[in-house]
Amino acid sequence: MAKVTLKNLSHSYLNNPQKDSDFVITDVNIDWKDGGAYALLGPSGCGKTTLLNIISGLLVPTKGQILFDDKDVTNLSPVQRDIAQIFQFPVIYDTMSVYDNLAFPLRNRGLSENEIDAKVKEIGEMLELTPTLRNRASGLTADGKQKISLGRGLVRSDVNVIMFDEPLTVIDPHLKWVLRSKLKELHQKIKRTMIYVTHDQTEALTFADQVVVMHEGQIVQTGTPIELFEKPKHTFVGHFIGSPGMNLLPCKIVNGEITLSGQRVPSNSSIKKTNFKKMQVGIRPEFINFSKEGIPVKVSKVSNTGRHKIVDAVSEAGKIKILSNAQDEIPSGSAFITFNQKYTYAYGDDWIIE
Amino acid sequence: MNKTVNQKAWLFVIPVFVLVAFNAVVPLMTVVNYAFQETFGSNVFAWEGTRWFKQILQSDRFHAALGRQFTFTFIILLIQIPLGIGIALTMPKKGWGVPTCLILMSMPLLIPWNVVGAMWNIFALPDIGFLGHTLNSLGFDFNFTQQSGDAWFTTILMDVWHWTSLVVLLSYAGLNSIQPAYYQAAEIDGASRWDIFRYIELPKMKKVLTLAILLRFMDSFMIYTEPFVLTGGGPGNATAFLSIDLVKMALGQFDLGPAAAMSLIYFFIVLLVCWVFYSLMMKNEVKS
Repeated sequence: MAKVTLKNLSHSYLNNPQKDSDFVITDVNIDWKDGGAYALLGPSGCGKTTLLNIISGLLVPTKGQILFDDKDVTNLSPVQRDIAQIFQFPVIYDTMSVYDNLAFPLRNRGLSENEIDAKVKEIGEMLELTPTLRNRASGLTADGKQKISLGRGLVRSDVNVIMFDEPLTVIDPHLKWVLRSKLKELHQKIKRTMIYVTHDQTEALTFADQVVVMHEGQIVQTGTPIELFEKPKHTFVGHFIGSPGMNLLPCKIVNGEITLSGQRVPSNSSIKKTNFKKMQVGIRPEFINFSKEGIPVKVSKVSNTGRHKIVDAVSEAGKIKILSNAQDEIPSGSAFITFNQKYTYAYGDDWIIE
Repeated sequence: MNKTVNQKAWLFVIPVFVLVAFNAVVPLMTVVNYAFQETFGSNVFAWEGTRWFKQILQSDRFHAALGRQFTFTFIILLIQIPLGIGIALTMPKKGWGVPTCLILMSMPLLIPWNVVGAMWNIFALPDIGFLGHTLNSLGFDFNFTQQSGDAWFTTILMDVWHWTSLVVLLSYAGLNSIQPAYYQAAEIDGASRWDIFRYIELPKMKKVLTLAILLRFMDSFMIYTEPFVLTGGGPGNATAFLSIDLVKMALGQFDLGPAAAMSLIYFFIVLLVCWVFYSLMMKNEVKS
């Protein structure tokens, strides 16, 4: 058990990186508390797996430090760091039984067979693998195999951090729910620091207390799922999280107020600086209402998802998506909309203006 | 998914069937024809039944050749498989070393078999060959044309040189198909290098190794050209493996009947061993 600190971490796969673009991770700083459940969320290729491999010790970063409980572990091997990692594809030792698979990391650390037996049985019970303990591991289904990978990580009591690298990719959708709640449950039970990497926002938001959103090798926001939803600090967080994502419309600033096609839009940003290359207003579809006056739009499409209606509308500034309750009456043709001021933010060069 | 039954699909097999019939089945039937009859030339045949088979199966000469054959195959498998895996494990995984190693490894496989025999014949000559001369000047009494031990040594060395590459290339392909996550997981689990080999690499190489062993078994069991050029089966009959002995009998002594019977027995041994080996491997596969 440990708290994890990343200091000014940068990494490049090149031997001699020169330009900024040579780096896959730039200047990452994170403080993770002991025993927390964290998620690293981002699209494929944003550097999240690289970051995970740096934390586990499979990669040595080009620059920066990793601290476990304030102790520098930057140059230690994964074994010395005492971490566990679960990979995207189930990694099992084909020729061993399920039992031996679970016992393997313990045997390598020289525990006595009695201790091993107790541990393996406990973990087997926890993961509901008890009936198959004596079977050959290669005969199991994909989720069974992933449970073994999981078990090999959980079986050691000394691990500082358990890391998950998109562990549910190969699992059937209905089993994803089962395994995810299992993970959550395990976290409650064993209280170890867990870091979960995924590109799936649902997985990240349901698993973690704190989500770190990565974009092009940088951390764009760290926060609770609610913070990420209500106050995205970067336009990327706005459209990556939420379904549909945040509306981002080009706007002008007149006298410190957002102005959208000539109309003043009250917002939660206090704008002092206006010399940005790109100026946008961001509002989530959930926080837009139809009203008698406001911004004029043309409703082009209404799709009913059961609980909600997703309305596609076109304004002078661009397309806007609006989320209404299923029972709400949607005006057809021309209409007016207003933004909920509390959740309306201005973004200058993609970063929030608070 | 339901497969549709369409008997017309058999039509697609006809060209291959005709081709195989002409290059394998028809010649084999001629051999069968000879195996049960005595021929006196000018197409005069007399029925002999199973006499040639009994004669071959009881002959010391056949037993000796079969023994030599199994010994040879066993030795080269014992050397080539571990050596091939060993070389594949030490080969680089990326960079300029990969094509270099692959090309170097493929070289022996590209050389025609009779050329391999001729090369090694000259290479091992005790007076002028590099190997033979070196061994003699180091104080070893080496002469593969006169001492059967030396003839065996040279033949095995030649086969190892010629064919280990095949095992290397197959093992290398098998090793490269292992996901990096396996090595990473093993590192995290604290596995030793031996554990990684024993529990990850070897099981993952199982399929290609089965193929390598089967190929090397068949090829070495049917070896002819290289030892024929190198030693001609000598000295005496020391390196007269089954095929060399067979050709001697058929074309040297012109004993077509016994030679045909021996061919068939030879053929069935290869078939039997391959079948036993393959079904053992597959049985394991089903169990897991």
